[in-house]
Amino acid sequence: MSPSLPASEAPAYAPRNYLNAPEKGWRSWLTTLDHKRIGVMFLVATSVFFAVGGLFAMLIRIELLTPGPTIMDAMTYNRLFTLHGVVMIFLFMIPAIPSGFGNFLLPMMLGARDVAFPRLNLLSFYVYLTGAAVALYGMIAGGADTGWTFYTPYSTTTTTNVVPILLGAFILGFSSILTGLNFIVTTHTLRAPGMGWMKMPLFVWSIYATSIIQILATPVLGMTLLLVALEHAFGWGIFDPARGGDPVLFQHFFWFYSHPAVYIMVLPAMAVISEVVCAFSHKNIFGYKAVAYSSLGIAFVGFFTWGHHLFTSGQSAVDAGIFGILSMFVAIFTAIKVFNWTATLYKGSISFKAPFAYFVGFLFFLVFGGMTGVALATVSLDVDWHDTYFVVAHFHFIMVGGVIMAFLAALHYWFPKITGRMYPEGWGLVAAVMIILGFNFTFIPQFLLGNMGMPRRYFHYPERFQALNVASTAGASVLALGLVIVLVYLVLSLKFGAVAGSNPWRSRGFEWDTPSPPPPENFLVTPVITRGPHEYDDSAPDFPPSTAPEPKHAS
Amino acid sequence: MNELMRRMLFLPEQASEYARSVDQLHFFVITTTMIAAAAVFGVAIYFFVRYRRRSDTEPTPRISPRPIHEVVFIGLPLSFFLLWFALGFPMFVSLQVPPKDAMDVYVLGKKWMWKFAYPGGPSSLDALRVPAGRPVRLLITSRDVIHSFFIPALRLKQDALPGRYTQTWFTADTPGRYQIFCAQYCGVAHSTMLAEVVVMPGAEFDDWMAEQRRGLKSAQDSSPVAIESVRFGSSLVGEGERVAAEQGCLKCHSVDGSRHIGPTWLNLYGRAEKLTTGKTVIADEAYLTKSMMEPGADIVAGYQNVMPTFQGKLSPPEAAAIVEYIKSLRTSAARPGPSEPPAYEPIPPGK
Repeated sequence: MSPSLPASEAPAYAPRNYLNAPEKGWRSWLTTLDHKRIGVMFLVATSVFFAVGGLFAMLIRIELLTPGPTIMDAMTYNRLFTLHGVVMIFLFMIPAIPSGFGNFLLPMMLGARDVAFPRLNLLSFYVYLTGAAVALYGMIAGGADTGWTFYTPYSTTTTTNVVPILLGAFILGFSSILTGLNFIVTTHTLRAPGMGWMKMPLFVWSIYATSIIQILATPVLGMTLLLVALEHAFGWGIFDPARGGDPVLFQHFFWFYSHPAVYIMVLPAMAVISEVVCAFSHKNIFGYKAVAYSSLGIAFVGFFTWGHHLFTSGQSAVDAGIFGILSMFVAIFTAIKVFNWTATLYKGSISFKAPFAYFVGFLFFLVFGGMTGVALATVSLDVDWHDTYFVVAHFHFIMVGGVIMAFLAALHYWFPKITGRMYPEGWGLVAAVMIILGFNFTFIPQFLLGNMGMPRRYFHYPERFQALNVASTAGASVLALGLVIVLVYLVLSLKFGAVAGSNPWRSRGFEWDTPSPPPPENFLVTPVITRGPHEYDDSAPDFPPSTAPEPKHAS
Repeated sequence: MNELMRRMLFLPEQASEYARSVDQLHFFVITTTMIAAAAVFGVAIYFFVRYRRRSDTEPTPRISPRPIHEVVFIGLPLSFFLLWFALGFPMFVSLQVPPKDAMDVYVLGKKWMWKFAYPGGPSSLDALRVPAGRPVRLLITSRDVIHSFFIPALRLKQDALPGRYTQTWFTADTPGRYQIFCAQYCGVAHSTMLAEVVVMPGAEFDDWMAEQRRGLKSAQDSSPVAIESVRFGSSLVGEGERVAAEQGCLKCHSVDGSRHIGPTWLNLYGRAEKLTTGKTVIADEAYLTKSMMEPGADIVAGYQNVMPTFQGKLSPPEAAAIVEYIKSLRTSAARPGPSEPPAYEPIPPGK
């Protein structure tokens, strides 16, 4: 807590903040209703699961170094890729940005004291922990071998213990719904005086769109997973044709949630990027309305594209055509955002810090990953690429290249806000370069493997695929090392990082208009919003006069 | 140009006109994607350098888009996307409409092999023989879970669904042997569910088919038992599978290792079974045959004596066929330990 610099030169560390007020100690954290503490708990929990999922990924990559068994047998491998998918999607990606950063930031960006339903918010966290515990039990008690997609009738006839994992994902869905509900009500009712809809930060717009999907789509997943669990446990004939069911019905149900779920993961990433690009180029967003409305557009059209996962399932050509076209429209909204972010840089004042490095990576990965997605939607190319490593590479470009880059950007950008301390910038850039390069070396070979025809979820593979698999594993090692470096310096910075001061980036985001770390009530005086959220066209002071004056920066 | 792009993108050989036309679209789509990604990235890099921060406090101009900007942002990518779709979708539609004169082949996927049957003709495991230059329609189904029939060289994939037939078709024009994969995850031996397409010159194929129809070349060679009458053209294993299904054996005995009313047949042959009497018996041909005729004689521990006798219901060749079928139900990947080569054996060339 005591900076090494003389107190007069160092930026102040807010002495009374949400970390130590109103109470300290783990009991006050576990019963807290403070959205910031709940957000931090979500961030810690999801980061732990990110590490677990990453460990599974590395084991998978090591196994694929040779065409035959390398370090495990086929059954273990099948369980590992299932757990990798389940942990990364349900335990990390879906909650990480909305429930973690969203919880911490959304009320502050709206100038609110807390979310609309603080108790529901805490419940959401405990529901998440319960779901995670049930899913973890399922993993320890054997683990499923179905893949995270749980395709029937394989999943309803497998001898592995699939029910606990299904129930875990079912419970996790409620956490998602509760958080989404909370954010929607908060956005509607708790905006600070002066904040109209067109003055909301773009982060809020995107999280708001995410919340709509969470509320509307998640129940469908819950229902579907429950049906699979019932069929597996009691032999109901819903999906298994041997008992009069329809196996393709499951795929429709599943993707009706799981395709919008892609946007549950990507929209929050876009939320982060919209903030980062403005803050680090000190520039207003080029097309505010275009970026804001395109979030809603993605949320809406995203519901009508699920059929593009079924092009080879015997779906009619009419369906395939409709879903193909609609998939292209959803990509257009992404394109609008990409162009607007790029145009925002024009005549900006760009500071190339670690969050901005991740933005650069994100931009490239999103364009390439997004356009390969549109390529898959041309239907006939999908017939060749479907269920090959091309698809694996495509969605990892979006999931890792998009979401994890944004998660890391957010982690660095808001680290001073959350902890009141800075991370080491040099190490931040080194790690960012390693992660971005390692990522490319991991997944570009996988695009080529898909072109060669290597199907996904293969334990054995013909020897001609080996060279590219080795390249991919090498890339993944660099990526993993980069992530470990991030973990180490961020943890060290919690204790040894330089004190950041309230607004080290000179950002105009409303969340910076209060000390860092923020006081428990966010703003000492209810802020009155008089300007837009991303305005850098005057040299107004970093701080509104309504709050206590802040000491000058040491820089 | 085609060859260069194909090699750069690591695409496999193109064994049909359809594969070549899909690849043309592939080249166009990937080239556009790379140009777009490079262009966005390049513009961004230029802006980073040109507009790097010189002062921490300097305000920046407020720039807002004119409508024309957003129209271009939407119109430019949309026109490319729709062009891709306009090129790609008709190809997909053509895959749904097989020519009327196409030769039908039934494809059955099951854990973990592919079986091909020609109407009124032979059936074979793991090798799909087709004539070059003639359209072939595949009628695909599955016996257990969803599989996906994937021939990279033909750029073709179609899911095999249980309880339902799906179809696709192709005209392979380059004689050769091309790999078939299962692309839909189907369990522990998913990655060994391989097969081959053997594209033969038309005349050679006709000879092969005629030979099969005459029953001169049935795949009985491997059988150690004298056969009195087996339907021509099918292997003993296939025959055993048919009989087992007809007689209802599979209602109680699973073939995928799952526990059911009777012991599973998977890896049964040669297994040491513990009996209710406490003795242990090796499940060899003798034991398997005896169990069909006198099921109550040696009950495996943990199972009920519920199986009826098949004495008089199964002819000796049929019983032998079932034994051969049970012997064929082995999976190496289900057990830990060193793996064995893929479950299919390539057909010697020229046959």
